Amino acid sequence: MKNNYSIFSLIKNAFSYHENWEKAWKDPEPKKEYEAIIVGGGGHGLATAYYLAKKHNMKNIAVVEKGWIGGGNTGRNTTIIRSNYLWDASAGLYDHALKIWESLSQELNYNVMFSQRGVMNLAHNLQDVRDLKRRTHANRLNGIDAVYLNTEEVKKFCPIINTSQDIRYPVLGGTLQRRAGTARHDAVAWGYARGADEMGVDIIQNCEVKGIKRNGDTVEGIETTKGFIKAKKIGVVAAGHSSVIANMVGLKLPLESKPLQALVSEPVKPIIDTVVMSNAVHAYVSQSDKGELVIGAGTDDYISYSQKGSHDIVEGTLNAILELYPIFSRMRMLRQWGGIVDICPDASPIISKTSIKGLYFNCGWGTGGFKATPGSGDLFAHTIANDEPHKLNAAFNLNRFVSGDLVDEHGAAAVAH
Amino acid sequence: MFLINCPFCGEREQSEFKAGGEAHIERPKQPTELSDDEWAEFLFMRKNIKGVQFERWNHAHGCRKWFNIVRDTSDDQIKAVYKMGEKPPVK
Repeated sequence: MKNNYSIFSLIKNAFSYHENWEKAWKDPEPKKEYEAIIVGGGGHGLATAYYLAKKHNMKNIAVVEKGWIGGGNTGRNTTIIRSNYLWDASAGLYDHALKIWESLSQELNYNVMFSQRGVMNLAHNLQDVRDLKRRTHANRLNGIDAVYLNTEEVKKFCPIINTSQDIRYPVLGGTLQRRAGTARHDAVAWGYARGADEMGVDIIQNCEVKGIKRNGDTVEGIETTKGFIKAKKIGVVAAGHSSVIANMVGLKLPLESKPLQALVSEPVKPIIDTVVMSNAVHAYVSQSDKGELVIGAGTDDYISYSQKGSHDIVEGTLNAILELYPIFSRMRMLRQWGGIVDICPDASPIISKTSIKGLYFNCGWGTGGFKATPGSGDLFAHTIANDEPHKLNAAFNLNRFVSGDLVDEHGAAAVAH
Repeated sequence: MFLINCPFCGEREQSEFKAGGEAHIERPKQPTELSDDEWAEFLFMRKNIKGVQFERWNHAHGCRKWFNIVRDTSDDQIKAVYKMGEKPPVK
């Protein structure tokens, strides 16, 4: 049993110069066999292992990660959390996650710095206005908080936005989800890792999957850089590398992996206390607790695993940012990076069984997976433990690409791809 | 970001081009005969290779012609460029 983090443990450890903190998770060598193996030690994978152990009473679980935990897209996103999606299936999925976020720090005894500072989506033309109003109504019918703001209300909520009607893409209005916000992405991975470790989950880092062994239509285990590990159930949560794993067993997925970029500025005093997204001009911005502006750019057009994107994408995003926020014109950008996102044709994720028994995939989150981390882990754990999807992720099966029952969130969800 | 050697215009910045995804996915000859599984395969399923991939590109802000390239998706190095209808080079 781990010691709880509290004000008292903080004071106690201050006396020993914070050198004697208990390790948040162990660094074990893999055992020969596990009940279930999760491939991918990002937020979604660690959350999956956590809920498998916590809610489904599985104790013999491993998470294998080729690098270090939280070192992929979990540590590379812009940390935005919201659930204002258009379609019923998506609303159910993302709001399930948002509800877990609201008490996650307490549950994990780990401060994930969840901050419900609101997310505002801007409209720049009449079609945007109609789409955003429609989405607001759809959200409210699904019990998700959403309001439509006119230009004056947008300006009042975020005064630094340029609401002049003379700019190339004037702000005509926007939507606001007040329950939405941001969280500290590293803390999410670390909190889940610590929680899972406490329940006996083996978190194995620097262990790359090289192959998946199967007997006919049933999985038997994985070949890794640390040897063969046996398991009856394998859950793959490998984000941009999902197709690489799928190709190992001859499965094809409806995914394309593309670089998505983000960048942060030098830290400044508090200037923007919410998250503002604009689909039409493709710019979104928030401010981290360190004071950096966190800016999300778009995906590149082409498939690439190189974790770096094109300069013109960043340039386009910054052009839009400058027109909307002239006050940022003299800000310097500090860092820029790319992550590889796996995009589905309908811009919705896959949390599904496959044609191979014991093999499950959780992928296709594309550009917006971080927000779903707790819900995705919870529902994927349910799917793996019961060999059946939960009703909230039933629509997000692989078979929808055969049946045609797609959850088409491209553009519909105020999401900019 | 990289340069692409358009077979019609020469070397230009990648931002002038539009990526068209995996190449050599043949349109079904008998669409009416296709099962749902085969349609899914044709429309949605992709190899999404990490490594050497054959893909289609369009010089959207140039000659607007389509052509094929062979590119390593792990480091964006282009191995070969060839015109539509030409045989893909053997690596």
